[in-house]
Amino acid sequence: MSGLLFLIPIALAMGFAGLAAFIWSVRTGQFEDPDGAANRILISPDLPLADNRD
Amino acid sequence: MNTVTLDPAGCPSGLAPPSQSEAADPSPFVRRVGRENRLSLSVRGAKCGACLARIENAVAALPGVASARLNLSSGRLDVSWTGDMPAMRISEAISNIGYGVAPLDTNAGDAAHKKEEQSLLLAMGVAGFATANIMLLSVSVWGGHDEMGEATRQGLHAVSGIIALPTLIFSGRPFFSSAWNVLKRRRTNMDVPISLALILAFSVSVAETIRGGEHAYFDAACMLLFFLLIGRFLDARVRRRAYSAARDLAALASRTVTRISAGGTYTSVRSEDIRPGDRIMLAPGERAVVDMVIETGESEVDESLVTGESLPRFSAPGMALMAGSINLSQPLVGKATAASSDSLLSDIGRMLEAGEQKRSTYRRIADRAVSLYVPLVHSTALLTFLGWWLSGLGLRESILIAVSTLIITCPCALALAAPVVQVVAAGRLFRGGAYLKSGDALERIAACDHIIFDKTGTLTLGTPRLIADDLPAGLIPAAAQLARASRHPLSRALTLAAGAGPVASMAKEYPGLGLEGEIDGVTCRLGSADWTGAKATGHSGATLFFARGSEPPMELRFEDNIQAGAASTIARLRKLGMGVEIVSGDRAEAVAEVAHSLGVPHWTAAASPKEKVQRLEQLQADGRHVLMVGDGLNDAGALALAHASAAPGGALDVSQSASDAVYSGGLGALPLLVRTARKARIVMLQNFGFAAAYNLVAVPIAVLGYATPLVAAIAMSGSSLIVCLNALRLNIASEKLA
Repeated sequence: MSGLLFLIPIALAMGFAGLAAFIWSVRTGQFEDPDGAANRILISPDLPLADNRD
Repeated sequence: MNTVTLDPAGCPSGLAPPSQSEAADPSPFVRRVGRENRLSLSVRGAKCGACLARIENAVAALPGVASARLNLSSGRLDVSWTGDMPAMRISEAISNIGYGVAPLDTNAGDAAHKKEEQSLLLAMGVAGFATANIMLLSVSVWGGHDEMGEATRQGLHAVSGIIALPTLIFSGRPFFSSAWNVLKRRRTNMDVPISLALILAFSVSVAETIRGGEHAYFDAACMLLFFLLIGRFLDARVRRRAYSAARDLAALASRTVTRISAGGTYTSVRSEDIRPGDRIMLAPGERAVVDMVIETGESEVDESLVTGESLPRFSAPGMALMAGSINLSQPLVGKATAASSDSLLSDIGRMLEAGEQKRSTYRRIADRAVSLYVPLVHSTALLTFLGWWLSGLGLRESILIAVSTLIITCPCALALAAPVVQVVAAGRLFRGGAYLKSGDALERIAACDHIIFDKTGTLTLGTPRLIADDLPAGLIPAAAQLARASRHPLSRALTLAAGAGPVASMAKEYPGLGLEGEIDGVTCRLGSADWTGAKATGHSGATLFFARGSEPPMELRFEDNIQAGAASTIARLRKLGMGVEIVSGDRAEAVAEVAHSLGVPHWTAAASPKEKVQRLEQLQADGRHVLMVGDGLNDAGALALAHASAAPGGALDVSQSASDAVYSGGLGALPLLVRTARKARIVMLQNFGFAAAYNLVAVPIAVLGYATPLVAAIAMSGSSLIVCLNALRLNIASEKLA
């Protein structure tokens, strides 16, 4: 039974970590533009190719 | 290094056509924060990642721009820059690469909607967290039913209670405050039984925990909250999406005006800042946003949005110009006769109000279900309590059974039944090019059995097309040389038929008459019969005459361009059992021609806004439910008064705000709208049926005292799941239909 004394707090702490991450992502507008976020990873700046010879 | 060839304009993936509209000056909407200038713009036509990169790069390349970020979901572009670059350059940079752009007023109600949605999302997240964690503890209580010691069980209940209390306070606020507000006005809504169930469940559970009892309903209370908040959040999301779609479309209407001060300087100001008596300059191609009287300049004015007339009207000093008209050829200077808010024709304003009042009396299916449901549930719970108590069970046990009845009958499935269907239907329609403006729009559209179309801009493109059959060779290229110098719709149509080419030398436009210029040294004229000295012929549509020197003038005939797919749309609507009718403000010949070619036997021409409304009332008196489709100011009254209404994306913002749905990408969206709405209504009713059937089973179990927390948890999540899955069926069904 004494296992419960630390297992329950651990389980709750993990839950809290998830909740904190969720609150952070809502507050910082991570859900504002789902379409844009999906497309942004495909955009790469047109930089000159790096010199591979050296 | 790979070379990238950029398409000339618009979305490279071809998902949206390039915009050809001219950018309005957004400078009155610039906000200054410290040394930084900030501007929010609404961008139309951005559909893919390549658009995102093109637009952001084009703006970021301007001098001094610190950041440019486009929200692809909402089309909002936020720009901040330092230095004295005029804001107009940002708009131009975007319109040059083929996207529609308009300033966005950030003070609008969007912030409130966004905040509501965000707080509901947070409340939902917290409730979900609490439900999962309490369930973890509850499962061990149920699993260790006979073996668990009383102290352990009490300890687990206590931890559950500690999690549940802040959750209830934080996530329950939307329900408690709404319930309190209606109770103060001595009325009731869905939130009253919800709040009561939550508070009772929590207090009874606290008492049971302290006493060391077997059953605590902390998990049920949190789960209830979680499911209800999902429904609430989805509802808020649909409303905000609809709101921002309508707002973005409205933002594309010109909202800046060039005002001429007493000293003769031209400044660009917001349309709201125009007062009656201000002098205004209306450039060619610009749309009037206030009613005005012309002081100097002669031009032709396109009033198709105001009156439905498809051909431009000649305007000269002293003549009035209504808001919504577009100046075509020459700059006009005039005096505003009304502020922009008063510029709508007053009787249309009154009709709109009448329509709004009628709308607000419409009761949603969900509201009707709740008004039946609330008294039923409360009296059942009360009778359960009295029954057990009078039959000799203890006070505590009787209360416990009554509370479990209240929890298990609490309208989880009922709260999810309508919003989930709305979200699925709205998403389906959004992909099909239609935006819903309110939740009950679906229900009202579903009931419609008759559809009335406006002609100009709705069934037709509102732009004429040259009939190029059996014309003498060389006529079109020659006439086009003059036409290229003009903005008149007939000239544009002629230019479109001829393609690119030279412009006649010394071409000059005479508003109301036509054009004159020299081609190969010969003076040529293009214009009306009088202008060229020709005799008018019997063509029902618009005509132009072209005369080279003293040769006899030759006739060019035009027809109004019917929207692609209009005929098949009407056929599909008929198949859905709807009566089709055209009511237009345009000339009888023009309407007859369109009606004939589309095979619509019932049509009315030259109808004033009032006559349109009268026709609607007549149909409604016959018991028909009318879906009105129109775009002009002359349709706004009818749009507001009809049982349901839809407006094309290019419509005037008054018409859009008066209608229930806005569609883009052609008339094909209309049969989809009707079909999806009807299907959604069926699914919604099925969901209410499920909820009722669930209660028929659950209530006897609860009343007899068998509703332990475990039973409540299974029953609540099971019924909610069934309702959600049933709503998703709508997606599959309409996918198959399309």
